[in-house]
Amino acid sequence: MALDPKRPTAPNRHPLVMVATRKGAWFYRGDDARKDWRTDGPHFLGHVINHVVLDPRDGRTLLAAAKTGHLGPTVFRSTDFGQSWKEAAQPPAFAPAPAGTEGRAVDHTFCLTPGHPDEPDVWFAGTSPQGLFRSTDGGINWAPFSGINDDPQYRQWMGTAQDGTPDGPKLHSIIIDPRDPAHMVFAMSGGGVHESTDGGRTFRLAIEGLECVEGFDRNDPTFHDPHCVRLCPGNPDRLYQQNHCGIYRLDRPSTQWRRIGQNVPKEVGDIGFPMVVHPRDADTAWVFPMDGTSVWPRTSPDGKPAVYATHDGGETWQRQAAGLPADQAWWTVKRQAMTADRLDPVGLYFGTTSGELWASRDEGAHWACIAQHLPEIYAVEVAEPA
Amino acid sequence: MKVLIPSALRSYTEAARAEADGATLAAVLDDLDRLYPGIRFRMIDEQNRIRAHIRFFVNGTQARDLAQALRPTDELVIVQALSGG
Repeated sequence: MALDPKRPTAPNRHPLVMVATRKGAWFYRGDDARKDWRTDGPHFLGHVINHVVLDPRDGRTLLAAAKTGHLGPTVFRSTDFGQSWKEAAQPPAFAPAPAGTEGRAVDHTFCLTPGHPDEPDVWFAGTSPQGLFRSTDGGINWAPFSGINDDPQYRQWMGTAQDGTPDGPKLHSIIIDPRDPAHMVFAMSGGGVHESTDGGRTFRLAIEGLECVEGFDRNDPTFHDPHCVRLCPGNPDRLYQQNHCGIYRLDRPSTQWRRIGQNVPKEVGDIGFPMVVHPRDADTAWVFPMDGTSVWPRTSPDGKPAVYATHDGGETWQRQAAGLPADQAWWTVKRQAMTADRLDPVGLYFGTTSGELWASRDEGAHWACIAQHLPEIYAVEVAEPA
Repeated sequence: MKVLIPSALRSYTEAARAEADGATLAAVLDDLDRLYPGIRFRMIDEQNRIRAHIRFFVNGTQARDLAQALRPTDELVIVQALSGG
Protein backbone atom coordinates (compact mmCIF):
# COMPACT_ATOMS: atom_id res chain seq x y z
CA MET A 1 0.00 0.00 0.00
CA ALA A 2 1.52 3.33 -1.03
CA LEU A 3 1.40 6.15 1.48
CA ASP A 4 -0.13 9.52 0.77
CA PRO A 5 2.87 11.53 -0.43
CA LYS A 6 1.33 14.82 0.67
CA ARG A 7 0.77 13.86 4.28
CA PRO A 8 3.57 13.71 6.87
CA THR A 9 3.50 10.46 8.78
CA ALA A 10 5.08 11.78 11.93
CA PRO A 11 4.24 14.78 14.07
CA ASN A 12 6.84 17.48 14.43
CA ARG A 13 9.08 16.46 17.28
CA HIS A 14 12.57 17.36 18.26
CA PRO A 15 14.72 15.26 15.96
CA LEU A 16 17.67 13.38 17.36
CA VAL A 17 20.67 13.19 15.03
CA MET A 18 23.06 10.36 15.84
CA VAL A 19 26.60 10.71 14.54
CA ALA A 20 28.96 7.72 14.48
CA THR A 21 32.62 8.50 13.99
CA ARG A 22 36.01 6.90 13.90
CA LYS A 23 36.52 7.96 17.52
CA GLY A 24 33.15 7.97 19.21
CA ALA A 25 29.50 8.96 18.88
CA TRP A 26 27.75 12.28 19.31
CA PHE A 27 24.06 13.11 19.51
CA TYR A 28 22.41 16.37 18.49
CA ARG A 29 18.91 17.25 19.67
CA GLY A 30 17.15 19.89 17.58
CA ASP A 31 14.56 22.41 18.65
CA ASP A 32 11.15 22.72 17.00
CA ALA A 33 12.58 24.79 14.19
CA ARG A 34 15.57 22.46 13.73
CA LYS A 35 17.71 25.56 14.00
CA ASP A 36 19.38 25.18 17.37
CA TRP A 37 21.05 21.94 18.30
CA ARG A 38 22.08 20.68 21.71
CA THR A 39 25.21 18.53 21.77
CA ASP A 40 25.33 15.30 23.74
CA GLY A 41 28.70 13.60 23.63
CA PRO A 42 31.13 12.14 23.19
CA HIS A 43 29.84 8.66 23.85
CA PHE A 44 32.44 5.88 23.61
CA LEU A 45 35.31 8.33 23.14
CA GLY A 46 38.08 6.58 21.25
CA HIS A 47 35.93 3.70 20.08
CA VAL A 48 35.40 3.14 16.38
CA ILE A 49 31.64 3.56 16.03
CA ASN A 50 30.33 2.48 12.66
CA HIS A 51 26.63 2.98 13.27
CA VAL A 52 24.18 4.17 15.92
CA VAL A 53 20.49 3.53 15.37
CA LEU A 54 17.38 4.35 17.40
CA ASP A 55 14.67 1.72 17.15
CA PRO A 56 11.74 3.44 15.43
CA ARG A 57 9.38 0.80 16.83
CA ASP A 58 9.76 1.87 20.46
CA GLY A 59 11.51 5.23 20.04
CA ARG A 60 13.88 4.51 22.92
CA THR A 61 16.22 1.59 22.23
CA LEU A 62 19.59 2.61 20.85
CA LEU A 63 22.10 0.18 19.38
CA ALA A 64 25.70 1.13 18.64
CA ALA A 65 28.19 -0.91 16.61
CA ALA A 66 31.59 -0.51 18.25
CA LYS A 67 35.15 -1.69 18.32
CA THR A 68 38.43 -0.12 19.31
CA GLY A 69 41.85 -0.15 17.75
CA HIS A 70 42.83 -3.01 20.05
CA LEU A 71 39.65 -4.83 20.98
CA GLY A 72 37.27 -6.96 19.00
CA PRO A 73 33.87 -5.81 17.77
CA THR A 74 30.75 -5.60 19.84
CA VAL A 75 27.32 -4.01 20.04
CA PHE A 76 26.15 -1.75 22.84
CA ARG A 77 22.54 -1.17 23.78
CA SER A 78 20.85 1.69 25.63
CA THR A 79 17.24 2.27 26.61
CA ASP A 80 17.80 5.69 28.18
CA PHE A 81 19.12 7.63 25.19
CA GLY A 82 22.74 6.88 25.94
CA GLN A 83 22.86 7.72 29.63
CA SER A 84 23.90 4.12 30.17
CA TRP A 85 24.98 1.37 27.81
CA LYS A 86 25.09 -2.39 28.16
CA GLU A 87 27.12 -4.66 25.94
CA ALA A 88 25.43 -7.38 23.88
CA ALA A 89 25.73 -10.78 25.57
CA GLN A 90 26.63 -12.35 22.22
CA PRO A 91 27.82 -9.87 19.58
CA PRO A 92 27.76 -10.81 15.87
CA ALA A 93 30.33 -13.56 15.27
CA PHE A 94 30.82 -16.11 12.54
CA ALA A 95 30.35 -19.78 13.28
CA PRO A 96 33.52 -21.61 14.31
CA ALA A 97 35.19 -23.12 11.28
CA PRO A 98 35.50 -26.90 10.95
CA ALA A 99 38.82 -28.25 12.17
CA GLY A 100 41.59 -27.73 9.66
CA THR A 101 39.89 -24.88 7.84
CA GLU A 102 40.43 -21.16 8.06
CA GLY A 103 37.45 -19.48 9.64
CA ARG A 104 36.41 -15.87 9.42
CA ALA A 105 36.17 -13.43 12.29
CA VAL A 106 34.04 -10.30 12.34
CA ASP A 107 36.29 -7.25 12.20
CA HIS A 108 33.48 -4.78 12.71
CA THR A 109 29.73 -4.58 12.56
CA PHE A 110 29.06 -2.05 9.85
CA CYS A 111 25.32 -1.57 9.87
CA LEU A 112 22.40 -2.18 12.22
CA THR A 113 18.86 -2.43 10.88
CA PRO A 114 15.64 -2.73 12.89
CA GLY A 115 13.33 -5.50 11.72
CA HIS A 116 9.73 -5.25 10.65
CA PRO A 117 7.27 -3.51 13.02
CA ASP A 118 5.45 -6.85 13.40
CA GLU A 119 8.68 -8.34 14.78
CA PRO A 120 9.54 -5.78 17.46
CA ASP A 121 12.59 -7.52 18.90
CA VAL A 122 14.21 -8.42 15.59
CA TRP A 123 17.31 -6.59 14.38
CA PHE A 124 19.69 -7.33 11.54
CA ALA A 125 23.40 -6.56 11.25
CA GLY A 126 25.82 -6.48 8.36
CA THR A 127 29.51 -6.91 9.01
CA SER A 128 33.00 -6.77 7.58
CA PRO A 129 34.15 -9.31 6.46
CA GLN A 130 30.74 -9.67 4.90
CA GLY A 131 28.20 -11.48 6.98
CA LEU A 132 24.51 -11.23 7.77
CA PHE A 133 23.38 -11.57 11.39
CA ARG A 134 20.11 -11.36 13.29
CA SER A 135 19.01 -10.73 16.84
CA THR A 136 15.55 -11.78 17.99
CA ASP A 137 15.83 -10.27 21.47
CA GLY A 138 16.35 -6.60 20.79
CA GLY A 139 20.07 -6.74 20.08
CA ILE A 140 21.25 -8.66 23.12
CA ASN A 141 22.16 -11.94 21.40
CA TRP A 142 23.19 -12.20 17.74
CA ALA A 143 23.52 -15.23 15.48
CA PRO A 144 24.41 -15.80 11.81
CA PHE A 145 21.29 -15.44 9.69
CA SER A 146 20.08 -17.23 6.60
CA GLY A 147 23.04 -19.48 5.89
CA ILE A 148 24.72 -17.16 3.42
CA ASN A 149 27.74 -16.58 5.67
CA ASP A 150 29.00 -20.10 5.09
CA ASP A 151 27.48 -20.75 1.68
CA PRO A 152 30.31 -21.57 -0.78
CA GLN A 153 28.72 -19.56 -3.60
CA TYR A 154 28.19 -16.54 -1.39
CA ARG A 155 31.70 -16.84 0.02
CA GLN A 156 33.00 -16.62 -3.52
CA TRP A 157 30.91 -13.53 -4.23
CA MET A 158 31.93 -11.94 -0.93
CA GLY A 159 35.58 -12.25 -1.85
CA THR A 160 38.40 -11.71 0.59
CA ALA A 161 39.64 -8.75 2.56
CA GLN A 162 41.43 -7.66 -0.62
CA ASP A 163 38.18 -7.39 -2.55
CA GLY A 164 36.56 -4.56 -0.64
CA THR A 165 37.05 -1.03 0.55
CA PRO A 166 40.32 -0.13 2.32
CA ASP A 167 38.87 -1.04 5.71
CA GLY A 168 37.24 -4.21 4.45
CA PRO A 169 34.33 -5.37 2.30
CA LYS A 170 30.97 -4.54 3.81
CA LEU A 171 27.52 -6.06 3.88
CA HIS A 172 25.20 -3.06 4.04
CA SER A 173 21.78 -1.69 3.07
CA ILE A 174 19.68 -4.35 4.78
CA ILE A 175 16.12 -3.48 3.78
CA ILE A 176 12.93 -4.98 5.18
CA ASP A 177 9.81 -4.39 3.09
CA PRO A 178 7.38 -2.46 5.32
CA ARG A 179 4.52 -4.51 3.82
CA ASP A 180 6.07 -7.94 4.35
CA PRO A 181 8.72 -9.02 6.87
CA ALA A 182 9.61 -11.99 4.65
CA HIS A 183 10.68 -9.68 1.83
CA MET A 184 14.21 -8.40 2.35
CA VAL A 185 17.12 -7.00 0.38
CA PHE A 186 20.76 -6.59 1.22
CA ALA A 187 23.81 -5.40 -0.66
CA MET A 188 27.47 -6.26 -0.57
CA SER A 189 30.32 -3.95 -1.51
CA GLY A 190 31.39 -5.79 -3.49
CA GLY A 191 29.15 -8.71 -4.17
CA GLY A 192 25.95 -7.27 -5.59
CA VAL A 193 22.36 -6.91 -4.45
CA HIS A 194 20.39 -9.87 -3.12
CA GLU A 195 16.69 -10.31 -2.45
CA SER A 196 14.62 -12.80 -0.48
CA THR A 197 10.85 -13.27 -0.44
CA ASP A 198 10.86 -16.14 2.03
CA GLY A 199 12.26 -14.49 5.12
CA GLY A 200 15.90 -15.09 4.23
CA ARG A 201 15.61 -18.82 3.62
CA THR A 202 16.72 -18.25 0.03
CA PHE A 203 18.01 -15.26 -1.88
CA ARG A 204 18.08 -14.40 -5.56
CA LEU A 205 20.35 -11.98 -7.37
CA ALA A 206 19.03 -8.49 -8.03
CA ILE A 207 21.70 -7.10 -10.35
CA GLU A 208 19.92 -6.96 -13.71
CA GLY A 209 20.70 -3.73 -15.51
CA LEU A 210 23.55 -2.71 -13.22
CA GLU A 211 26.87 -1.90 -14.81
CA CYS A 212 30.18 -3.04 -13.43
CA VAL A 213 33.75 -1.98 -14.06
CA GLU A 214 34.71 -2.24 -17.71
CA GLY A 215 36.15 -5.57 -18.74
CA PHE A 216 34.35 -7.67 -16.13
CA ASP A 217 31.35 -9.98 -16.45
CA ARG A 218 28.13 -8.19 -15.48
CA ASN A 219 26.48 -11.51 -14.73
CA ASP A 220 28.94 -12.26 -11.93
CA PRO A 221 27.95 -10.51 -8.69
CA THR A 222 31.57 -10.61 -7.57
CA PHE A 223 32.17 -7.61 -9.78
CA HIS A 224 29.18 -5.57 -8.65
CA ASP A 225 29.70 -2.79 -6.14
CA PRO A 226 26.48 -1.29 -4.81
CA HIS A 227 27.42 1.55 -2.47
CA CYS A 228 24.01 2.23 -0.96
CA VAL A 229 20.48 0.93 -1.63
CA ARG A 230 17.31 2.51 -0.26
CA LEU A 231 13.60 1.63 -0.47
CA CYS A 232 11.06 4.45 -0.81
CA PRO A 233 8.69 4.52 2.16
CA GLY A 234 6.20 6.35 -0.06
CA ASN A 235 6.26 3.56 -2.63
CA PRO A 236 7.93 0.35 -1.39
CA ASP A 237 7.95 -0.97 -4.96
CA ARG A 238 10.65 1.55 -5.79
CA LEU A 239 14.33 1.21 -4.86
CA TYR A 240 17.12 3.67 -5.50
CA GLN A 241 20.77 2.76 -5.57
CA GLN A 242 24.05 4.66 -5.55
CA ASN A 243 26.49 2.28 -7.17
CA HIS A 244 30.19 2.37 -7.96
CA CYS A 245 29.00 2.69 -11.56
CA GLY A 246 26.28 5.31 -11.28
CA ILE A 247 22.83 6.00 -9.83
CA TYR A 248 20.01 3.52 -10.48
CA ARG A 249 16.31 3.02 -9.87
CA LEU A 250 14.23 -0.14 -9.78
CA ASP A 251 10.44 -0.15 -10.08
CA ARG A 252 8.73 -3.43 -9.33
CA PRO A 253 7.42 -5.65 -10.70
CA SER A 254 10.38 -5.04 -13.01
CA THR A 255 13.62 -6.68 -11.95
CA GLN A 256 15.67 -4.35 -14.13
CA TRP A 257 17.69 -1.54 -12.60
CA ARG A 258 17.73 1.57 -14.80
CA ARG A 259 20.59 4.05 -14.68
CA ILE A 260 19.19 7.48 -13.83
CA GLY A 261 22.35 9.46 -13.15
CA GLN A 262 23.26 10.45 -16.68
CA ASN A 263 21.64 13.85 -16.28
CA VAL A 264 23.84 14.83 -13.38
CA PRO A 265 26.28 17.33 -14.99
CA LYS A 266 29.14 15.47 -16.63
CA GLU A 267 31.77 17.48 -14.76
CA VAL A 268 30.27 16.22 -11.49
CA GLY A 269 29.29 12.69 -12.46
CA ASP A 270 26.93 10.24 -10.81
CA ILE A 271 29.46 8.46 -8.60
CA GLY A 272 29.12 8.72 -4.83
CA PHE A 273 28.44 6.79 -1.66
CA PRO A 274 25.12 7.76 -0.02
CA MET A 275 21.57 7.54 -1.37
CA VAL A 276 18.73 9.28 0.47
CA VAL A 277 15.03 8.94 -0.30
CA HIS A 278 12.13 11.20 0.61
CA PRO A 279 9.96 9.73 3.37
CA ARG A 280 6.75 10.25 1.39
CA ASP A 281 7.45 11.30 -2.21
CA ALA A 282 9.01 8.43 -4.15
CA ASP A 283 10.05 10.75 -6.98
CA THR A 284 12.35 12.74 -4.70
CA ALA A 285 15.81 11.56 -3.71
CA TRP A 286 19.23 12.99 -2.93
CA VAL A 287 22.81 11.98 -3.63
CA PHE A 288 26.21 13.40 -2.76
CA PRO A 289 28.49 13.04 -5.79
CA MET A 290 32.21 12.52 -5.37
CA ASP A 291 35.17 12.47 -7.72
CA GLY A 292 35.30 8.99 -9.20
CA THR A 293 37.71 9.77 -11.98
CA SER A 294 41.31 8.70 -12.62
CA VAL A 295 42.70 7.44 -9.29
CA TRP A 296 39.33 7.86 -7.56
CA PRO A 297 40.11 10.76 -5.21
CA ARG A 298 36.70 10.30 -3.54
CA THR A 299 36.56 14.00 -2.74
CA SER A 300 33.96 16.58 -3.63
CA PRO A 301 34.30 17.13 -7.40
CA ASP A 302 36.69 20.04 -8.00
CA GLY A 303 36.64 20.75 -4.25
CA LYS A 304 33.09 22.11 -4.54
CA PRO A 305 30.74 19.99 -2.44
CA ALA A 306 27.09 19.82 -3.41
CA VAL A 307 24.04 17.68 -2.90
CA TYR A 308 22.09 16.77 -6.01
CA ALA A 309 18.33 16.32 -5.77
CA THR A 310 15.81 14.82 -8.12
CA HIS A 311 12.08 15.41 -7.94
CA ASP A 312 11.14 13.30 -10.94
CA GLY A 313 12.63 9.93 -10.19
CA GLY A 314 16.03 10.75 -11.61
CA GLU A 315 15.06 12.28 -14.94
CA THR A 316 16.58 15.60 -13.88
CA TRP A 317 18.88 16.66 -11.04
CA GLN A 318 19.26 19.99 -9.28
CA ARG A 319 22.42 21.20 -7.54
CA GLN A 320 21.88 22.13 -3.88
CA ALA A 321 24.91 23.91 -2.47
CA ALA A 322 23.62 27.08 -0.78
CA GLY A 323 25.56 27.45 2.45
CA LEU A 324 28.16 24.83 1.60
CA PRO A 325 31.78 25.88 0.94
CA ALA A 326 32.11 27.40 -2.53
CA ASP A 327 35.48 25.82 -3.22
CA GLN A 328 38.60 24.23 -1.71
CA ALA A 329 36.57 21.75 0.32
CA TRP A 330 37.96 18.31 -0.31
CA TRP A 331 35.82 16.13 1.88
CA THR A 332 33.15 13.69 0.95
CA VAL A 333 30.28 11.81 2.58
CA LYS A 334 30.38 8.10 3.31
CA ARG A 335 27.57 5.72 2.45
CA GLN A 336 25.85 5.73 5.85
CA ALA A 337 26.59 9.37 6.59
CA MET A 338 23.59 11.06 4.93
CA THR A 339 19.96 10.77 5.88
CA ALA A 340 16.55 12.45 6.00
CA ASP A 341 14.05 13.00 8.78
CA ARG A 342 10.31 12.49 8.34
CA LEU A 343 9.19 16.04 9.05
CA ASP A 344 7.57 18.50 6.68
CA PRO A 345 9.51 19.99 5.04
CA VAL A 346 11.99 17.16 5.18
CA GLY A 347 15.25 17.79 7.02
CA LEU A 348 18.45 16.46 5.51
CA TYR A 349 21.67 15.70 7.36
CA PHE A 350 25.13 14.62 6.32
CA GLY A 351 28.49 14.13 7.99
CA THR A 352 31.81 14.56 6.27
CA THR A 353 35.07 12.73 6.23
CA SER A 354 36.57 15.89 7.78
CA GLY A 355 34.23 15.78 10.77
CA GLU A 356 31.57 18.35 9.93
CA LEU A 357 27.85 17.80 10.40
CA TRP A 358 25.62 19.69 7.98
CA ALA A 359 21.85 20.08 8.06
CA SER A 360 19.10 21.48 5.88
CA ARG A 361 15.58 22.10 7.15
CA ASP A 362 14.17 22.87 3.71
CA GLU A 363 14.85 19.68 1.76
CA GLY A 364 18.34 20.71 0.66
CA ALA A 365 17.67 24.27 -0.49
CA HIS A 366 19.91 25.75 2.22
CA TRP A 367 22.59 24.17 4.37
CA ALA A 368 24.07 25.03 7.76
CA CYS A 369 26.98 23.45 9.59
CA ILE A 370 25.76 22.36 13.01
CA ALA A 371 28.98 20.73 14.24
CA GLN A 372 32.60 20.75 13.21
CA HIS A 373 35.96 19.38 14.35
CA LEU A 374 34.52 15.93 14.96
CA PRO A 375 36.50 12.82 14.00
CA GLU A 376 35.88 11.34 10.56
CA ILE A 377 32.14 10.70 10.33
CA TYR A 378 31.09 7.18 9.41
CA ALA A 379 27.32 7.35 9.82
CA VAL A 380 24.51 9.82 10.46
CA GLU A 381 21.00 8.76 11.43
CA VAL A 382 18.04 10.83 12.55
CA ALA A 383 15.02 9.77 14.55
CA GLU A 384 12.11 11.04 16.55
CA PRO A 385 12.60 9.81 20.12
CA ALA A 386 9.63 8.69 22.17
CA MET B 1 46.63 -15.98 39.52
CA LYS B 2 47.22 -12.26 39.20
CA VAL B 3 46.16 -10.69 35.93
CA LEU B 4 47.14 -7.18 34.90
CA ILE B 5 44.34 -5.60 32.87
CA PRO B 6 45.09 -2.95 30.20
CA SER B 7 43.19 0.32 30.26
CA ALA B 8 41.09 -0.66 27.24
CA LEU B 9 39.53 -3.53 29.21
CA ARG B 10 39.06 -1.86 32.57
CA SER B 11 35.47 -0.98 31.66
CA TYR B 12 34.88 -4.68 32.38
CA THR B 13 36.98 -5.14 35.51
CA GLU B 14 36.83 -1.58 36.89
CA ALA B 15 40.35 -2.24 38.17
CA ALA B 16 43.87 -2.60 36.87
CA ARG B 17 44.28 -6.01 38.47
CA ALA B 18 42.12 -9.09 38.58
CA GLU B 19 42.35 -12.62 39.91
CA ALA B 20 41.46 -15.58 37.71
CA ASP B 21 42.04 -19.32 37.80
CA GLY B 22 42.93 -21.89 35.19
CA ALA B 23 45.53 -24.44 34.18
CA THR B 24 46.06 -22.91 30.73
CA LEU B 25 45.92 -19.45 29.21
CA ALA B 26 42.61 -20.39 27.58
CA ALA B 27 41.18 -21.49 30.93
CA VAL B 28 42.25 -18.29 32.64
CA LEU B 29 40.59 -16.25 29.90
CA ASP B 30 37.43 -18.35 30.30
CA ASP B 31 37.48 -17.63 34.01
CA LEU B 32 37.94 -13.92 33.36
CA ASP B 33 34.92 -14.06 31.06
CA ARG B 34 32.91 -15.77 33.77
CA LEU B 35 33.82 -12.97 36.14
CA TYR B 36 33.53 -10.18 33.57
CA PRO B 37 31.12 -11.27 30.82
CA GLY B 38 32.14 -10.25 27.32
CA ILE B 39 35.81 -9.55 28.06
CA ARG B 40 37.13 -12.67 26.31
CA PHE B 41 35.57 -11.90 22.92
CA ARG B 42 37.27 -8.52 22.87
CA MET B 43 40.63 -10.36 23.02
CA ILE B 44 39.95 -13.68 21.28
CA ASP B 45 37.95 -13.98 18.07
CA GLU B 46 35.29 -16.54 17.22
CA GLN B 47 37.89 -18.79 15.62
CA ASN B 48 39.83 -18.91 18.88
CA ARG B 49 42.61 -16.68 17.59
CA ILE B 50 44.27 -13.96 19.62
CA ARG B 51 43.20 -10.63 18.13
CA ALA B 52 45.78 -8.67 16.14
CA HIS B 53 46.46 -5.99 18.71
CA ILE B 54 46.30 -8.03 21.89
CA ARG B 55 49.36 -9.63 23.50
CA PHE B 56 49.71 -11.91 26.53
CA PHE B 57 52.83 -12.08 28.68
CA VAL B 58 53.36 -14.70 31.37
CA ASN B 59 56.05 -13.73 33.87
CA GLY B 60 57.45 -11.35 31.27
CA THR B 61 57.55 -13.79 28.34
CA GLN B 62 55.06 -13.55 25.48
CA ALA B 63 52.52 -16.37 25.30
CA ARG B 64 51.25 -17.01 21.77
CA ASP B 65 49.41 -20.28 22.37
CA LEU B 66 46.13 -20.41 24.25
CA ALA B 67 46.99 -23.96 25.29
CA GLN B 68 50.06 -22.81 27.20
CA ALA B 69 50.08 -24.25 30.71
CA LEU B 70 50.02 -21.82 33.60
CA ARG B 71 50.65 -22.15 37.33
CA PRO B 72 48.73 -20.40 40.09
CA THR B 73 51.84 -18.41 40.96
CA ASP B 74 52.29 -17.05 37.43
CA GLU B 75 51.44 -13.47 36.60
CA LEU B 76 49.54 -12.80 33.38
CA VAL B 77 49.89 -9.38 31.77
CA ILE B 78 47.44 -8.46 29.02
CA VAL B 79 48.76 -5.78 26.70
CA GLN B 80 46.98 -3.63 24.11
CA ALA B 81 49.56 -3.56 21.35
CA LEU B 82 49.99 -0.49 19.14
CA SER B 83 47.17 -0.18 16.66
CA GLY B 84 47.72 3.08 14.87
CA GLY B 85 46.46 6.63 15.12
